[in-house]
Amino acid sequence: MPLKGQAYIVGAYEHPTRHALDRSLGQLHVDVAAGALADAGLSWADVDGYFCAGDVPGWEAQGAGPLSMVEYLGLNLRHLDTTESWGSAYLNHVAHAVQAIAAGKCRVALITQAGRPRAEKFSPEASHRLQTQSAAESPFEAPYGPVVTNVYGMCAQRHMYEHGTTAEQLAWIKVAASHHAQHNPHAMLRQQVTVQDVLDSPIVATPLHRLDCCVISDGGGALVVAHPEVARSLKRPLVTPIGAGFAVKHLNGGHFDILASGGVQTGREAFAQAGVRPADIQYASLYDSFTITVLMQLENLGFCAPGEGGRFVADGGLISGIGRLPVNTDGGGLCSNHPGNRGGMTKVIEAVRQLRGEAHPQVQVPDCRLALAHGTGGQLGARHGSATLILEREA
Amino acid sequence: MQDRIPPSPQIWPETAAYWDAANEGRLLLRRCLDTGRAYHYPRPHSPFTGSGNTEWMQASGKGTVYSLSVLPRAQPPYCIAYVELAEGPIMLSNLLTEDLASLRIGQPVQVCFVASASGQMVPMFEPC
Repeated sequence: MPLKGQAYIVGAYEHPTRHALDRSLGQLHVDVAAGALADAGLSWADVDGYFCAGDVPGWEAQGAGPLSMVEYLGLNLRHLDTTESWGSAYLNHVAHAVQAIAAGKCRVALITQAGRPRAEKFSPEASHRLQTQSAAESPFEAPYGPVVTNVYGMCAQRHMYEHGTTAEQLAWIKVAASHHAQHNPHAMLRQQVTVQDVLDSPIVATPLHRLDCCVISDGGGALVVAHPEVARSLKRPLVTPIGAGFAVKHLNGGHFDILASGGVQTGREAFAQAGVRPADIQYASLYDSFTITVLMQLENLGFCAPGEGGRFVADGGLISGIGRLPVNTDGGGLCSNHPGNRGGMTKVIEAVRQLRGEAHPQVQVPDCRLALAHGTGGQLGARHGSATLILEREA
Repeated sequence: MQDRIPPSPQIWPETAAYWDAANEGRLLLRRCLDTGRAYHYPRPHSPFTGSGNTEWMQASGKGTVYSLSVLPRAQPPYCIAYVELAEGPIMLSNLLTEDLASLRIGQPVQVCFVASASGQMVPMFEPC
């Protein structure tokens, strides 16, 4: 089914907070829902489809969270979708919302995401143990102490081994993010950093430094996707998904290539559906839990050949106005926001800002009509969900 | 050699044989009899075909380092690794050595067994 023109992203909102001591998780979801609906010019009563993932309060009680969230929001629904694939879920939700609208299941779809790991003093180690204790792979992994950082460290180490990628090249990804974040008043880290600053920061998990890692932040975001008739009645620019892909990449019984993420499949599918090529993309939001995440996705999505990522990102390659591909012009997860350890929502929001011409003037891509957003949920070095969206602004 | 005591694995009925063998100093793999391919982690059905036509096999315990990462600030520091076994599958494990900085991708390694918190032995690898 062609996606183009089936539905439009009419509302997008990112919570300004990065430390939500004064908000519960449920209230953060309400805040972002209200923000996205106001941005669209729609009301609570217009929403008849709701999309959420495992970050809603109550998720830990199996099956309870989404129903509880719908009640707390006060929605009256015809359609509910709780597809969970961690940080990539929200890009998947956009594609699902378009499908649901095209199938007549709803006309106005609300997607929310929120988290407060900073307020809750999140520990990656404790979180990893809790998340995976009943999973089938857990007995064969937990004894060895995989925490998120060292699994991504193994991706980076292998990339360096196969392709000669350097720590300096990875550092350029953080430099680009910080260059953009200086213009974002809400960014957690607004200070520009240099390659040397990254290399001088402590090693977290070899070969990754502290500044190769994203921030841990509270907040969230929301999107509103609407039927074409609804979208045309509003006063917002018309942004439509034209290509989408989703994949689950896993370890396949121990037969896998750690450098080939699910993005290999999702990029191929999304570009084929959209009928465009990577070289046509004017702006890209790429998941940036770590610098290596961006590098691998650039290669996997086809922006450059495998092994070329290091040269692609070096010397400001991802800086808006300077480089060959502006990436994460809000400062991304590396410098601005990675709310609830789930970065997919903010990836879509910045792509929408760029397509509307509403990014910060210092980072706005001139006449941006074609953008890509890509999310990873889980861990690139292990099992993960990958989701790609290609978005177009209609003239 | 290693001060870190690994957390103990949860032992499920389907893979108890793997853990019993580890206590005897043997590394087991599971093999898909339809494709002839060994796989890890073990499960009764083949991840390649879905078939239950699979069996246990004893691994040589030899492999090479596929990738690794050291957590230098953990107490004590430790090295996580993917080890590519001689039989084909890549398995997650730890590398044990006095000198974590000396470890390299491509390095040959040999299985060894370390007691976890409960006394259950778990397979790890050391340079050979």
